[in-house]
Amino acid sequence: MTAPSLTPPLNLAGGPPAAGRGRPRLRAGGALSAAWLVILLLASLTAPLWEPYPVDDQDSLHTLAGPSGSHWLGTDELGRDVLTRIAAGGWISVGPGLLAVVVAFGIGIPLALTAAEHGRWVERGSSRFAELLLALPSMIILLAFVGAVGVHMWAIMTVLGVLLSAPVYRIFLGQAQSVRTLLYVDAARVNGVSSLRVNLRHVLPAMATTIAVQAAQLFAIGVLIEAGLAFMGFGPKVPTPSWGGLIADASQNVYTDPWLMVPTGLVLALTVIAANVLADSVQTGTGRAGPGQAGLGQAGRAGRAPSAAAVTASAPPDPDPLLDVRDLTVAVAGGPGLVTGVSFSMRRGTVLGLVGESGCGKTMTARALPGLLPEGVQVAGGSVWFAGRDLAGLPEKELRAIRGRDIAMISQEPMVALDPVFSIGYQLTQPIRRFRGVGQHGVDGHRVGRAEARRIAAGLLAQVGITNPRRVLRSYPHQLSGGMAQRVCIALALTGSPRLLIADEPTTALDVTVQAEILSLLRSLVRDTGLSVLIVSHDLGVIADLCDDVAVMYAGQVVESGTVAAVLGQPSHPYTAALLGANPHVSEGLPVPGRLPSIPGTVPAPADWPAGCRFAGRCALATAACADPVPATRAHGGGRVRCIHPLSPWPEPNQADGLPVPRPVEPGVTS
Amino acid sequence: MTVPTSSGTAASVPALSVSGLTVRYGRAGKVPPAVDGVSFDVAPGETLGLVGESGSGKSTIGKAILGLQRPAAGRVLLHGADITRASLRQRRVAAIDLRVVFQDPYSSLNPAQTIGQTLQEPLRVLRVPKDKRWRRVADGLAAVGLPADAAGRYPAQFSGGQRQRIAIARALVCEPQVIVLDEPVSSLDLSTQAQVLNLLADLRGRHQLALLFIAHDLSVVRFLAQRVVVLYRGQVMEAGLVEDVTQRPGHPYTIALTAAAPVPQPAAQARRRAAREALGIAAAGAAPPPAAGCPFAARCPLATDVCRAERPPLVTGDDGADGTGSAVACHHSGQARGLRLPAGAA
Repeated sequence: MTAPSLTPPLNLAGGPPAAGRGRPRLRAGGALSAAWLVILLLASLTAPLWEPYPVDDQDSLHTLAGPSGSHWLGTDELGRDVLTRIAAGGWISVGPGLLAVVVAFGIGIPLALTAAEHGRWVERGSSRFAELLLALPSMIILLAFVGAVGVHMWAIMTVLGVLLSAPVYRIFLGQAQSVRTLLYVDAARVNGVSSLRVNLRHVLPAMATTIAVQAAQLFAIGVLIEAGLAFMGFGPKVPTPSWGGLIADASQNVYTDPWLMVPTGLVLALTVIAANVLADSVQTGTGRAGPGQAGLGQAGRAGRAPSAAAVTASAPPDPDPLLDVRDLTVAVAGGPGLVTGVSFSMRRGTVLGLVGESGCGKTMTARALPGLLPEGVQVAGGSVWFAGRDLAGLPEKELRAIRGRDIAMISQEPMVALDPVFSIGYQLTQPIRRFRGVGQHGVDGHRVGRAEARRIAAGLLAQVGITNPRRVLRSYPHQLSGGMAQRVCIALALTGSPRLLIADEPTTALDVTVQAEILSLLRSLVRDTGLSVLIVSHDLGVIADLCDDVAVMYAGQVVESGTVAAVLGQPSHPYTAALLGANPHVSEGLPVPGRLPSIPGTVPAPADWPAGCRFAGRCALATAACADPVPATRAHGGGRVRCIHPLSPWPEPNQADGLPVPRPVEPGVTS
Repeated sequence: MTVPTSSGTAASVPALSVSGLTVRYGRAGKVPPAVDGVSFDVAPGETLGLVGESGSGKSTIGKAILGLQRPAAGRVLLHGADITRASLRQRRVAAIDLRVVFQDPYSSLNPAQTIGQTLQEPLRVLRVPKDKRWRRVADGLAAVGLPADAAGRYPAQFSGGQRQRIAIARALVCEPQVIVLDEPVSSLDLSTQAQVLNLLADLRGRHQLALLFIAHDLSVVRFLAQRVVVLYRGQVMEAGLVEDVTQRPGHPYTIALTAAAPVPQPAAQARRRAAREALGIAAAGAAPPPAAGCPFAARCPLATDVCRAERPPLVTGDDGADGTGSAVACHHSGQARGLRLPAGAA
């Protein structure tokens, strides 16, 4: 339930989230560049209307003059005004570059879209054609074309466009293929939308950014090639000005009058640079932060004060917990708190579950412990006591020494955690040699080789239930199934002999039969090695299977905590009860209900968290009093609940037996 | 091999009928087919669950039905008309009332189009006049519990559950009779999942929809489906009424699948775990499946030589609530029914 929301569907080229549009956005440099290009185009197209002198007007008294009041940019060897000639030659210098872009895209993109749509055979044909074009030496082709047809700049640039269509095709084929894997394209096809419309409405807009970037770059190339050809004398016929021609003229007089080179050279260079800067700065907004995610700062503070008081009041009696998190607050730098005032503690050799829906802050809490928060998110308050030290205040260097050795972590995507380039054996023996000193200094002082590290690695793989460790050591990640990869990741986590293993949704991406195997493995590790596990999960069944204690999180707070039997058997908080009620599992002997009790609405975004109970907006039991801050109070034995009217406990027999638990009252049942 | 129909609907034409469907991704002989001779019917107003783990071929079956993947063999009938090889273009006419809802509510909506544009796109194709189109878009949004002004907004402004409602509305505006639901709730949070499941149950009752409900979670399928087909590596392992298959499974794989799903009651889960471990099901991937025979043989505690040599046929048992029971593809189905979890452990 967390995976899809973490993967933006369109990281190749999406739309900015706020507007939801696929339009490129510009940075300041890009805006300047775009302005330059627009002014240049307008100036050259309107040149006849404003130029101070006729293009070929010769002022024989002022040849090769520098800038002056009458000739702002000076004159050339025939006394013609340089400003006039640059402006008049603008369109013939820039226009053919544009034509090359239009031709290259006009051929390359439709070809790419067609190839992506029609699969292997069409793609092979068009790709061979593109490779053929790529293999041709373009400058020689262009010169040969000039030789055969003569100097027709527009025709020459059309040929260049055809040649450039091959790289354009290559770039957009890959793009189009990945866009076509998106489900909305499939949905449109199933709905019978014509293939042209699928391409125009769904595939092309997703590629808009790349198109803009490539167009700007190709345009720069086209302008340079045009100037190069004109410089060599293959430009417009002599009296007609073009930038390449102007530079060629200037180069004749470069020793006697170097200034002549400056204006034209500068304009050409600026144009090419502007096109490249524009290409760089075209970008779409990143991420998919929901509306209201940004901006508000007071939400983080809202819930903190009351919770601090409540927590100290009901401090756990355990004198020596392995992990004791007090009033932890995690916030976006300068933004809202994502986790506020979270407290829990863990005994040695036990399993604690953090459970809740996505957006409730359970992963942020887990990642804050070893200091592995994403960029821009930080611990804003509270403490993380682990083995007598407050990790929240430690510098990165000391945290790094703790990670892997004292605290290890496994994640939802085992395949992402393994490097596809290296063998499992290499990936396991590296940390073994680092953490255990094997390979540098053996137990009795002499150096122990890789063989020793390999033997330990094989032992770890056997410990995580891999039947043929030698074979797995030789294999690479892509040769493993998801379940095997997760076992390898657990073995990897065990290389530093950690005391605490943080498992973030370790089974969510796995099949249910494989999930059962991994849970059994984690349980036997806890039983046999005294490992403590902090598991993050959205699945109450996983929590019931593995955990001793559980903390239920809602909107950045722990709303209920205690032993698994108490919290899941007789939930006190309406949210816990509602989550249990929404679970589609029906115990044997009970009829399948016609409707599932569900919770109306969704988890509010951090910026929208109220000062009072954060669940009140979705809770059927909410009263006016819920608008005030709610402290955590004692509940079911050693547990705590953050609710002013907790549910009364269920009758003892059911709880002792644990089964079948009647569906709890259904707070927040829709319709 | 056809799965028994739920009741006296045998005489009427099924809304959707799949027979002997085989889909290959690689070359024949080299790679085992992703879907291997699967057959089932879905009656009008009925929901059929298609259950299996990753690699079972359940989503491939959905793609083949929708025309997104070309089958190597077999037939797909929509109201008795053969649409197996109909191209997407031909389906504009032939499969007007067959629609789909995909799993991922994020990539199934075009981020650059408003909800209204997304919803009215299929209506354009159906040549519904413009004024009626917007009426139907508003009706579709109302049917899934969203306000009409949602039409002017972009997908980024909606949560996962709301997006899935929009995807359902996109299927509904065409007034379909058959909807393929490919894991429609598996990427949603528990509370949202319940909302969407309730919505699907309501819509099915209101519109007499035939639903093909593809899922990996048997308890979700039990909530929504009347009948269920259990797949493993492209083959049907077990099929029958949902109560028979989930409560009295007859195939060792179905038993493994039911036993592995954890329940949110710690004491009951501890008993289920003990029972599951006692079954002796081998770990997935411990040994490759046999080239011939039953695909589950490598993991099955009951497997014998015949299982590795000969593919078991799908045979209807006599153990079910209605005296027929589920159809099971197992050489040792009699013994398998004895494997079942102890009654208290469910």
